[in-house]
Amino acid sequence: MLKTFSIGGVHPPENKFSAGSKIVALPLPKQVSIPIAQHIGAPATAVVAKGDKVKVGQLIAQSSGFVSANIHSSVSGTVASLDPIMDSTGYKRPAITITVEGDEWDETIDRSTDLKVECSLTAEEIIAKVGQSGIVGMGGATFPSQVKLSVPKGKKAEVLIINGVECEPYLTSDHRVMLEMGHELMVGIQILKKALGVNLALIGIENNKPDAISHLAQIATKYSGIEVHALKVQYPQGGEKQLIKALINREVPSGGLPIEVGAVVHNVGTAIAVYEAVQKNKPLFERVVTVTGKHLATPSNFLVRIGTPISEVIAAAGGVPENTGKIVNGGPMMGKALNTIDAPVTKGTSGLIAFPAEEAKRKEAQSCVRCAKCVSVCPMGLEPYLLNRLSQKKMFERMEHEHVLDCIECGSCSFECPANLPLLDYIRLGKAEVGKIVRARKA
Amino acid sequence: MNKLLAVSPSPHVHSGESVNKLMFNVVLALLPALAVSIYYFGLGAFVVTAIAVVSCLAFEFLIQKYLLKVTPSISDGSALVTGLLLAFNLPSNLPWWIIVIGALVSIGIGKMSFGGLGNNPFNPALVGRVFLLISFPVQMTSWPLPIESRAHYMDALTGATPLALVKEGLKGGQTMSTISEHIPNNMQLLMGSMGGSLGEIAAFALLIGFAWLLFKKVITWHIPVSIFVTIFAFTGILWLIDPAHNADPFFHLLTGGVMLGAIFMATDYVTSPMNPKGMWIFGIGIGALTVIIRVWGAYPEGVSFAILIMNAFVPLINTLVKPKRFGEEVKKNG
Repeated sequence: MLKTFSIGGVHPPENKFSAGSKIVALPLPKQVSIPIAQHIGAPATAVVAKGDKVKVGQLIAQSSGFVSANIHSSVSGTVASLDPIMDSTGYKRPAITITVEGDEWDETIDRSTDLKVECSLTAEEIIAKVGQSGIVGMGGATFPSQVKLSVPKGKKAEVLIINGVECEPYLTSDHRVMLEMGHELMVGIQILKKALGVNLALIGIENNKPDAISHLAQIATKYSGIEVHALKVQYPQGGEKQLIKALINREVPSGGLPIEVGAVVHNVGTAIAVYEAVQKNKPLFERVVTVTGKHLATPSNFLVRIGTPISEVIAAAGGVPENTGKIVNGGPMMGKALNTIDAPVTKGTSGLIAFPAEEAKRKEAQSCVRCAKCVSVCPMGLEPYLLNRLSQKKMFERMEHEHVLDCIECGSCSFECPANLPLLDYIRLGKAEVGKIVRARKA
Repeated sequence: MNKLLAVSPSPHVHSGESVNKLMFNVVLALLPALAVSIYYFGLGAFVVTAIAVVSCLAFEFLIQKYLLKVTPSISDGSALVTGLLLAFNLPSNLPWWIIVIGALVSIGIGKMSFGGLGNNPFNPALVGRVFLLISFPVQMTSWPLPIESRAHYMDALTGATPLALVKEGLKGGQTMSTISEHIPNNMQLLMGSMGGSLGEIAAFALLIGFAWLLFKKVITWHIPVSIFVTIFAFTGILWLIDPAHNADPFFHLLTGGVMLGAIFMATDYVTSPMNPKGMWIFGIGIGALTVIIRVWGAYPEGVSFAILIMNAFVPLINTLVKPKRFGEEVKKNG
């Protein structure tokens, strides 16, 4: 029996068209727009002015709080503007637009491809380096990584969990990274273990990536304290709480963080970013992006500089297919639909998916028949049908009582609903209102 | 690219599951039992089913279009299922006008008066069935006997159900060993060779339907299995205590619509609990009430009443019994 989480879950069609496409570096764009808010937390503060010359890897916006992240230039050139641009959220928000001139990297970055295994930094130095390098969760959540590495007083990390699950359909960026950068991943994991003071790291990978599982299991034998575990193909296996449950059979308590059960979870992409930051002095300014879709000419995995227009990334994979009706930034279950493909790639852009017109719109909602499928698929043991009704009736106190804040917004309920009800839409609305009520109570 | 892109919140994909597909699979699951019924009861089974289905569809359409003035939704298949289930609960020689009244009560009172699909507290087909049972007790309890390959509707040859024979016999002071000479054995019961409502007789055909519903993930096993287990255990204990005056547990499982009720009526989405714990409570309640009515009550069979009574508790069960929440019990580390 493969390991998995215990309640709920769905199995959407996997559609991993780009799984066999090697990572290719995308040619440099003419111009990049790098948003200063591309992570969870406070936006960074720009430290460059219009007309400034910048190099690849140079700090251009400074972290503005504990939960915030530094931003580095992904190109060399001249700062053209600091005006707001439409980013992938659909809002106009501040960004640093740079006109590309050449490809001149900051001299302190080690551009060699040699594997550097030994790390002499202390835990504190590693965490500081991760913070300086602007690393955020690369799985899509973009939570600043140094915050996760800073274990709160009174808590103790026991195990590092590395998320190579990639349970979202279509996406293959983590899969390719595991296949092509296995040793960098392993060293990154050892560095993360050192930062956390733990002896064991568990890599969880869904069983639909047998090549990645066997490859990593083989090279893991060369490193101490790293185990590779195959997991059942079941969405949302890569949800933080679900992954912890599957691998170490502990349940993060309602409202709690993984550290309360001794676990810290990082994505494989994050571990590689940590390797590059600590061993190569390379800040986070590029990432692997899956570009895919049923009608896309060449589904691909590109290494893309942050700030590159999404339109250029899709063009490199054959361009937007004729009958495209929706383009999603991220996975189909949790990603966000784009209203413009001029928006830039950010640190959280794990994939870009072009959906044909016939899949772009939802089917008409019917009456709830109380089939309870939403209840049976909810991985948090909630009752989506009930939360949906309570939200429509604005009964927010009752929603809180029904644990709406535990909802991880995985979308399994809406995915499964035979009446096509927009369950998660209403649950999100209600969750936001409950969040306001809870914050007001604390204040 | 000048193209309008659709923007909507996640998820952006859907399972493709629909109410129509679910209802269609319920209809498919009912077909084996219908086939057995036509085999034993002949044309009558077909005619009763056709009248019930057409009446239910017609009443749903008329009420939605002219009374509620909404777009009729008879294509969702729910009225079709109600019609089939109503027919399955009727004798195969019932006069057509009684069937039409049953359909009107099922759809009009059982379903539409509460707001239509998804809002009715009681199983509509059972509301219709029980209404007819109380209003037309003679017609509703004169069962045609099973005759292989019979050709006529309204055959005169009628008799009692095995459960009624047992109840009468026990009341008349007979013991099970003498009664059992006049009733079909368990193998015959399993194959459907008995008098009864047209859809309740063939346990094996209903179990095939159950397997289909489970395979297609239309229902979960919890409600039917909890009903079976409860009835088997309860009647089994009574039988062990006094086998001379209690039928054996297999007999109870195979007769009186337990299979039909447990698999197709108690699992009605709208009127059953929405998580496994609640389903167990619901199923145990139905099983226990069924046995109580059969052994100590006035009616020989009790499944319909048991389901309707437990339907009334469903809102309470849904409010009080919650699914197992993630992170609810904080386990000790290690």
